[in-house]
Amino acid sequence: MMKDNNVIQVENLSKLFGDFAAVNQISFQVKAGEIFGFLGANGAGKTTAMKMLIGISSPTSGKATVAGFDVYKETESIKKNIGYMSQKFALYDDLTVKENITFFGGIYGLSKKQIEHKRRELVEELGLQEVTNSLVASLPLGWKQKLAFSVSLLHEPKIVFLDEPTGGVDPITRRQFWEMIYKAAHNGTTIFVTTHYMDEAEYCDRVSIMVDGKIEALDTPKKLKEHYKTDTMNDVFLKLARG
Amino acid sequence: MKRFVGFVRKEFYHIFRDKRSLFILFGMPIAQILLFGFAITNEINNVDIAILDQANDVASKEVINKIAASKHFSIVDIIQQESSIESIFKKGKVKAVLQFENNFGNNLIKEKQANVQVLTDATDPNMASTISNYISSILKKYQQELNENISIDYQIIPQSRMVYNAELKSVYMFVPGVMTVILMLVSAMMTSISITREKEQGTMEILLVSPLKPFQVIIGKVFPYIFLSVINAVVIVLLSIFVFNVPVNGSLFLLGIESVLFIITSLALGILISTISATQQTAMMISLMGLMLPTILLSGFIFPISSMPLPLQVISNIIPAKWFIIIVKGIMLKGIGIGFVLKETLILLLMTLLFIGVSVKKYKIRLE
Repeated sequence: MMKDNNVIQVENLSKLFGDFAAVNQISFQVKAGEIFGFLGANGAGKTTAMKMLIGISSPTSGKATVAGFDVYKETESIKKNIGYMSQKFALYDDLTVKENITFFGGIYGLSKKQIEHKRRELVEELGLQEVTNSLVASLPLGWKQKLAFSVSLLHEPKIVFLDEPTGGVDPITRRQFWEMIYKAAHNGTTIFVTTHYMDEAEYCDRVSIMVDGKIEALDTPKKLKEHYKTDTMNDVFLKLARG
Repeated sequence: MKRFVGFVRKEFYHIFRDKRSLFILFGMPIAQILLFGFAITNEINNVDIAILDQANDVASKEVINKIAASKHFSIVDIIQQESSIESIFKKGKVKAVLQFENNFGNNLIKEKQANVQVLTDATDPNMASTISNYISSILKKYQQELNENISIDYQIIPQSRMVYNAELKSVYMFVPGVMTVILMLVSAMMTSISITREKEQGTMEILLVSPLKPFQVIIGKVFPYIFLSVINAVVIVLLSIFVFNVPVNGSLFLLGIESVLFIITSLALGILISTISATQQTAMMISLMGLMLPTILLSGFIFPISSMPLPLQVISNIIPAKWFIIIVKGIMLKGIGIGFVLKETLILLLMTLLFIGVSVKKYKIRLE
């Protein structure tokens, strides 16, 4: 049964491609306002699992709800209630900062007034006043990523899915990025994040580690380190991934 | 609806900010139609010829005057002996020499038969045969006039008349073809590239995760190209009417409707290409090799389908452009109505539905 404060509820969810189980009977819950780290090596099934949760891939079996909506039947409602930012940088390079905000606000059905308001707020917060009318292509990568994250929060989603959001940026920008994530979580947005960086795993409230389509471990970083008797998440990950 | 407008606005930003696509969209149609209209032509105009008049009588002078009056030829040299013919050809400027025999006029009147030799420089065989055709038609005309005046005997004079394109203007043939190629290029290639660009940049994923439905995304992406293709079609028709004096004998309205149908066929093909290619480059290669070449070579645009080997004739049937060219030629040059192009229209319609059906299926498989 779904508890009120669980915004993601997954039970025995599987995805088969022919005989190959990309995702094999995973179960977990994510609480409202939590920063949930979804870890795993390349090919462990993270992306496939995430695609089922954001409603662009249909599960083979199992149950799951996101923001209270069923992943089989209510994908449209799920899409309205989530934000998404992928590992590829995903704003339009040939549109200006302002045009990108207007476009993405528009496709989420925000009114002109709301978009205008959000844009002011966002531009001020990120210190982009000078460049609102510049093409996104001209911005440094770090700024683009922060902007993409803010854009994914434009429609005030209940949950935001971040697929390796900090790939390829410098440590300082990553730090700033995580500050933004904390702030969003503090404002009540649930964060579901996949990452390759094990130091980032330490910032999460809870992490799950996927190996070969299964969730092998799920707990707070502190408890996981205690359980596997290591000092860093990196070692936890290596122990699990190597079996 | 508001979302749709926002989406389409964004598409226009993409198009207008990308100089390359702007060039393909608007530079190409104009450049192509002008190129095909002016440069690549089968007509001959102001061809330099020389005269060797060994008769020098009234009849030969009359023939020479007729040739001089034609806009196709300009007489640049009068030579005196046969031996100069070779040297004049070797210089390369003169493409034909007309040699009147001795007593040309006398022979014509007394023996009812006189000889003119037409020597053409056949290093360019097409041009040589065109020149000799033109000259014989001038001679025939002269002969006819003579017979009218004298009316003595029964002569069988072969009369050929070119219907629909009496002057054999090649631009008549090229306009429907160029229009087809341009609409195909803009609609299919540009849409497949613009859709795969979203895939490549990762923005397609973002759009699919948004509340927009996949078909809304696709319609939003192709809509600007319908609009721009219609503008292109109008530009091409206007250029052909006002620059090349190609008539539109049939209904402009019907031509418009058929063009929109062909644009949609091409867009559907573009969408289909985008579902099977992951990158812009692949989409471009498939569009160029898979669409442009057959459209130019096998549609009857340049090479007549009836003179192709049978297998190619069969293949030409699956090329949408073939049917559209038949329709456009019919409406523009023959002035026929919908009743005569019903079959072609239905074939295009069926092809469109098929392309859309396959794209939807492919698209779903990808989402699974």
